[in-house]
Amino acid sequence: MSTDPPGAALLNPVRAAPLNPAGAAPLNPAGPAHAFDLDRPWRLDERVAVRPEPFGALLYHFGTRRLSFLKNTTMLAVVRSLAEHPSARAACTAAGVQPGGMAAYQRGLAVLAESHMITPQAAA
Amino acid sequence: MSTQTLVELFERGLDAPICLTWELTYACNLACVHCLSSSGRRDPGELSTAECKAVIDTLERMQVFYVNIGGGEPTVRPDFWELVDYATAHRVGVKFSTNGVRIDEAVARKLAASDYVDVQISLDGATAEVNDAVRGQGSHAMAIRAMEHLAAAGFTGFKISVVVTRQNAGQLDEFKALADRYGAQLRLTRLRPSGRGADVWDELHPTAAQQRQLYDWLCAHGEQVLTGDSFFHLAAYGEALPGLNMCGAGRVVCLIDPVGDVYACPFAIHENFLAGNIRAGGFEAVWRDSPLFAELRGPSAGGACASCQFYDSCRGGCMAAKFFTGLPLDGPDPECVRGFGEQARAERALAEQALAGADRTALPRPGVDHSHHGPVRGQPGRGQAARPVPVTIGRRPVAAPPDRACDVNPLAGFAAGGAG
Repeated sequence: MSTDPPGAALLNPVRAAPLNPAGAAPLNPAGPAHAFDLDRPWRLDERVAVRPEPFGALLYHFGTRRLSFLKNTTMLAVVRSLAEHPSARAACTAAGVQPGGMAAYQRGLAVLAESHMITPQAAA
Repeated sequence: MSTQTLVELFERGLDAPICLTWELTYACNLACVHCLSSSGRRDPGELSTAECKAVIDTLERMQVFYVNIGGGEPTVRPDFWELVDYATAHRVGVKFSTNGVRIDEAVARKLAASDYVDVQISLDGATAEVNDAVRGQGSHAMAIRAMEHLAAAGFTGFKISVVVTRQNAGQLDEFKALADRYGAQLRLTRLRPSGRGADVWDELHPTAAQQRQLYDWLCAHGEQVLTGDSFFHLAAYGEALPGLNMCGAGRVVCLIDPVGDVYACPFAIHENFLAGNIRAGGFEAVWRDSPLFAELRGPSAGGACASCQFYDSCRGGCMAAKFFTGLPLDGPDPECVRGFGEQARAERALAEQALAGADRTALPRPGVDHSHHGPVRGQPGRGQAARPVPVTIGRRPVAAPPDRACDVNPLAGFAAGGAG
């Protein structure tokens, strides 16, 4: 594989959960991406803590007690700034994601949404 | 963009642990035969409440999301709930392991009300017969009572934590049913030859056939059953079990013991794996600067296992399991699914007999032993087939000294109503 997907891999804190053996991609990368609406506003769930790491970040949800990883700093910038933008797409663009790379970030965000790390917010 | 996998990144260590085990006390009301920390008596040098709070402050600063609190039996510390409240108020989540002794109705209600506290009830047999032989008479009933209180209080998803042994490996479906009945989640972990576990390892660790059944059972149950990533040595059977499948010692996990010593992992309480003490400079300094941890985060060659086609799956297995069974750290795990560990142990035993008639006292012993000196109510093993008498090498004298500050019953002073 030539690139490391930017998206989130989820890891149950007790038992590391849906992380494939390569530790690189969501188990079902084709799955939730189509369902994720890039054009609506999102925000980080208030029960989620974000810990920057050299490779990106670790996320922990105190409600679900699940851990997740952001595999690069661009994804970290996107996630941190979600609430400041009218849409997830705008957050990605502001973080420097090119249109051609948007699909990978959409997949990553979909994984985060599916695990309730990020949550939709009402449009302003 | 980096092409490294997360496992490769994690093997080089993180700025702070993901999963930190903190044993708050060596005091315990039970005397489980396989206790990995050889607990029983309180250590007089135990961290004070203030020192514990300082540790929590550090963990908050390092953004350690949650700590796994254990012991001993952590809830017998008189400041236990105070420390839990302090941690959660500082956004350090708490998951604590308990035999259930303190989980009454009121405690269960309080626990159920917090997002930041998770509870893990230890149970090593689905039936009292199997459980109590290892954990002591009455311990099964104590655990079940705690589960009933938690379930009645509406605490869903607490954990039932089972160490898989030869005696309970056939009860996995029963454990699962028990967890389902109480709205809990089953957690299965690996028996390690650590602490008193070294004394009973040969009798208790699952057979090769049981390991295979366990692996199949885990594959069939997927994410419903937690494992603490502890069976990664079984990945060599084929499909990797969910999880990182790596040894996290000193890289993403470590242990803080009751006196502030920091070890590479909870299963390695031995001076060889002692990274430092938090009383000298704090936990952060130990985590970041310990030469031992730096070494563990360095590349590992794989040694005798490097040529094995399954090395990428099992990574040579568990460091602590190898160490306490006398195997080289860069060789196979004692429970290597291909049988190389058993073979290595047999060869080791033969070589030692040839040399000096040595027996297993030549194996590394745990660095600290807080086992009860005298009988403990319900203690397993009493009157049963003799087990090896634990030989204490280290800071604790072998012969029982007169009563000392640390020898008092850990429950003294906490009995409700003062009934003696």
